[in-house]
Amino acid sequence: MAEFRMPSLGSDMQEGTLLEWRVKPGDRVRRRDIIAVVDTDKAAIEIEVFEEGIVEEILVQPGEKVPVGTVLAIIRTEGEAGVVTAKGAKAAAEAALPAGGVIETMEEMAGRATPEKRIPPGEAPAAAAAPAAPPTAGRIKVSPYARRLAAERSIDLSVLKGTGPAGAIRAADVESAAGIAPAGPPVEAPPAPLEEKPPIAPREKAPPPPVSPTAEKPAVKDYQAAMRRAIAAAMARSNREIPHYYLQTRIDMSRTLRWLESENQKRSIKDRILPVVPLIKAVAMALTEVPELNGYWIDDRHQPQEAIHIGFAIALRQGGLITPAILNADLKSVDELMEALRDLVTRARSGGLRSSELTDATVTITSLGDLGVETVYGVIYPPQVALVGFGKTMEQPWAENGMLAVRPVLTATLAADHRATDGHRGAQFLDAMNRYLQEPSKL
Amino acid sequence: MNEEQIQQVVFKILKGIAPESEPSSLAPDENLRRALDIDSFDALNFFIRIHEQLGVNIPEADYGELNTLSEIVRYLASRVNVVDSTSPR
Repeated sequence: MAEFRMPSLGSDMQEGTLLEWRVKPGDRVRRRDIIAVVDTDKAAIEIEVFEEGIVEEILVQPGEKVPVGTVLAIIRTEGEAGVVTAKGAKAAAEAALPAGGVIETMEEMAGRATPEKRIPPGEAPAAAAAPAAPPTAGRIKVSPYARRLAAERSIDLSVLKGTGPAGAIRAADVESAAGIAPAGPPVEAPPAPLEEKPPIAPREKAPPPPVSPTAEKPAVKDYQAAMRRAIAAAMARSNREIPHYYLQTRIDMSRTLRWLESENQKRSIKDRILPVVPLIKAVAMALTEVPELNGYWIDDRHQPQEAIHIGFAIALRQGGLITPAILNADLKSVDELMEALRDLVTRARSGGLRSSELTDATVTITSLGDLGVETVYGVIYPPQVALVGFGKTMEQPWAENGMLAVRPVLTATLAADHRATDGHRGAQFLDAMNRYLQEPSKL
Repeated sequence: MNEEQIQQVVFKILKGIAPESEPSSLAPDENLRRALDIDSFDALNFFIRIHEQLGVNIPEADYGELNTLSEIVRYLASRVNVVDSTSPR
């Protein structure tokens, strides 16, 4: 039995609104199927499942906003018999897992990310120290949203009678009880599901703002304000926690641009490769040589990752940005990278990004060259440990072998986490990247 | 196809790329990339749409001289009625 949870789709996400189920109880699901759509503060994201099995029960209804980690649905994995009650199923699932083991499904949901990735370093010790609550006998079945409403209104769940499936208490039950219960001051509700699953505690100490009983309508939500807050949270954390160091180098782009020009002449217009693509490939190749820059800093520990998933910052027309990942960028040809990038940019701007694309990035690239910016000093996206910035490629005087010439020159910067790496390794990375860009046909 | 018709096609494509904009309010000599905040991806998509809808295959080398509405319309008008073997039409 597996629990399908509200995934963390980035270090800036604390809760999400379930917009839509693409499955119903009884449906069979396969790994990587898209089974739900969730509204983060940034966009509507298609959520993949990482289990094979049958949807046993859906616990959160469309329109409900729940904290990261909340169980959204129960999936009966292959080989398991159907269970009599959902309560039994949950207890069995929890009993079958070692303490903290409940994060397994979370871990899988988030793709290859480690569960620790979801926890800020400052919070981790406390969270880790709290033992997973054992399943209590006869636990009340209650939707997370109802649980939170009840907590906000100081309503004792044990006295409520549920009208949901299998007697589950729903938000409506709490609301009707609220009419007769003494309305105490709103209690800052620790999201109940998180109490039970310490490993996926929310990132910030501040509780989510009280949710009004009438579920927020995502359609009317002010995306720009919400995205601004999400970016603010991630970037403030980055500046607070990450001791950045910056390295900068000028790269002669004449070989890469000549190669690109001749490649593009062979291609029809729709297959042409943008100049940023060889840059992405060069970053990926350089990371294979300096793997320390590819990965995370979590729990006071450097955790380099083997797979290279490059988050590419995409500005959205309505403002804000999103950094979906190009998966396994080092293994893709430039044509495949162009295709992947085109696909990501299109979906970032029109909707339809998948959950794994928002959680898997191991490093980020920001390219601001389109606007004539010469140098980018990046802010690392935690818990990553590096960000590569590209400015505009522009003609500049270039001295080489005692000769002065005019060349197309690109300024590349590396912002890196000094906890994870030192300037020497960072310099080796930029040097390797430059080397790849001088031999573009090998990219 | 005359310049007026070409301009209408260009407006429609621009509107698709920058939905919040009003291309018909652009001055003929305004820089499109700046005025509509068009990045290199949008620009590539623009040229792809032009090729699909007008059959003009703009070589990369010419991108640099196509910055304003009037430049684009003039460029397209001189090519749009010439048979292009790579055109879908």
